[in-house]
Amino acid sequence: MTQTVPQLSVFGEHQVFVALGTPGDSPSQCLRKQALIWSLAERCRGRSGALEIVPGMNNLTLSLEKDQQPSEWLEWLRQVLPSLPGSIPEGKLHRIPVRYGGDTGPDLAEVARLHQVSEQDIIRAHCSAEYRVLFMGFLPGFAYLGGLPEQLHTPRRAEPRLQVAAGSVGIGGSQTGIYPATAPGGWQLIGHTQVPLFDAAATEPCLLAPGDRLQFVAGDC
Amino acid sequence: MLEVIQAGIQTTVQDAGRIGVGHLGLPRSGALDSQAMLLANRLLGNDDNAPVLEFALGLSRLRFYRDAWIALTGADFNAQIDGKSAWCGWRTAIKSGQTLTLHGPKAGMRAYLAVDGGIQVPTFMGSASTDLTSGLGGVEGRALKSGDRLALGKEHNLKHPVGAMQRLWDNQIRVLAGPHFDWLANPAQFAKSHWTLLPSSNRMGARLDGEPLSLHTPLEIGSRGVFPGVVQLPPSGKPIVLLNDAQTTGGYPIIATVIEADMWKLAQARPGQTLQFVPVSLDEARAVGERWQQYFYRLGRALGAGAPHA
Repeated sequence: MTQTVPQLSVFGEHQVFVALGTPGDSPSQCLRKQALIWSLAERCRGRSGALEIVPGMNNLTLSLEKDQQPSEWLEWLRQVLPSLPGSIPEGKLHRIPVRYGGDTGPDLAEVARLHQVSEQDIIRAHCSAEYRVLFMGFLPGFAYLGGLPEQLHTPRRAEPRLQVAAGSVGIGGSQTGIYPATAPGGWQLIGHTQVPLFDAAATEPCLLAPGDRLQFVAGDC
Repeated sequence: MLEVIQAGIQTTVQDAGRIGVGHLGLPRSGALDSQAMLLANRLLGNDDNAPVLEFALGLSRLRFYRDAWIALTGADFNAQIDGKSAWCGWRTAIKSGQTLTLHGPKAGMRAYLAVDGGIQVPTFMGSASTDLTSGLGGVEGRALKSGDRLALGKEHNLKHPVGAMQRLWDNQIRVLAGPHFDWLANPAQFAKSHWTLLPSSNRMGARLDGEPLSLHTPLEIGSRGVFPGVVQLPPSGKPIVLLNDAQTTGGYPIIATVIEADMWKLAQARPGQTLQFVPVSLDEARAVGERWQQYFYRLGRALGAGAPHA
């Protein structure tokens, strides 16, 4: 079991917030705590009265129906938290083919220059890691991924782009991710994938879900 | 059916929004002035959540192809049916072949049009609301354009025009202190300042200008779930109030949350107008919400048989 002192609070008129994170947590502690957030979200889905159950980074925000008492939810959450499984789920593995560099990865050279390595080194490092979907947000189908190797951490662009194409693969600070739709963005774009991350016509519109694992595969696609 | 002759600056199909999809990264969307939408539907005996049109500024013209009852609420857009005034806050009959013209508001920002039986568009994840950011819902995920034709639901058997008392807009936005309010270097400045609504505001957020706020200690915040009404403080020190099309997670300090009952005041504020934040307690916020519930309850009773949900 993870030793965690949860912080629980009421937030807004109908919201409840649970935070498990502590500053200075290691990446493995973060992942362990995030697994607790996934189980907690699952438990909340099994209890009626919450309209929105939104995991964040080692935290969870619930928007409750108007007839719910936030204080009762805090009480219930306090009871549920110690009983959650502390194990990290296996998670479905997705292999995402990426075309690195070129027109659709215009910042690859800049990222290589910033780290004083070759473009091939950047691609190798980006493809060698296994990433974990921590939570979804920002845009429909956008996954916040954990697991970017430290040698790839790169500052965001000084001037954000007004339009980043759907499918762009980028690095922003300690994060990497894929833009599911065309949107403004400040990340360094190192590649592009054709894999659709959000399909409005599908029964499950998001390709990725929290807990899933992900690998980037370099290819000409 | 109705046909859009002239679409206005931003006319969208909206209902109460997409609920329970925040964890997929989908915004709620939905009518920004939810009380105006509810009033329009209640005046016609529609479902509370029946899709309506939301108009933002500008001149719009719609032609009807069946006899209908309409209700116009929100900002008074000086509406006319074939040259004859149609009052804001009332239900009015319109004949097949007639044209409804909305000239645009003298005050306020957004008008709502409900039609008996509701406006019919395919729903996406349980809602008809248009999400302009992602291009989902409504009519092809976009604002209406001239030539669009919208199907209408089954007509209701209504008799005479009925109206409701209009709200008075003011610029006092009631807020609850947010989780990071205590980090403000000068907390009193937040409520004392006059904040000007910027033209860059949209359905995602109300962007404000004024004397920048600052934090007394830097604050590292992990991304967390956010919702309409959250007042974020970006590094510029100028607050942004998240509205219905905002993203579902955010990493900026949250200094306040606007009470639900006052969100309509943001929907009806115009760029250039100044706003003030008024801190209230959770009990006061709930009391204001209950007054609105009572208002709609009384309205339902006054409408009698015409309001099946009263």
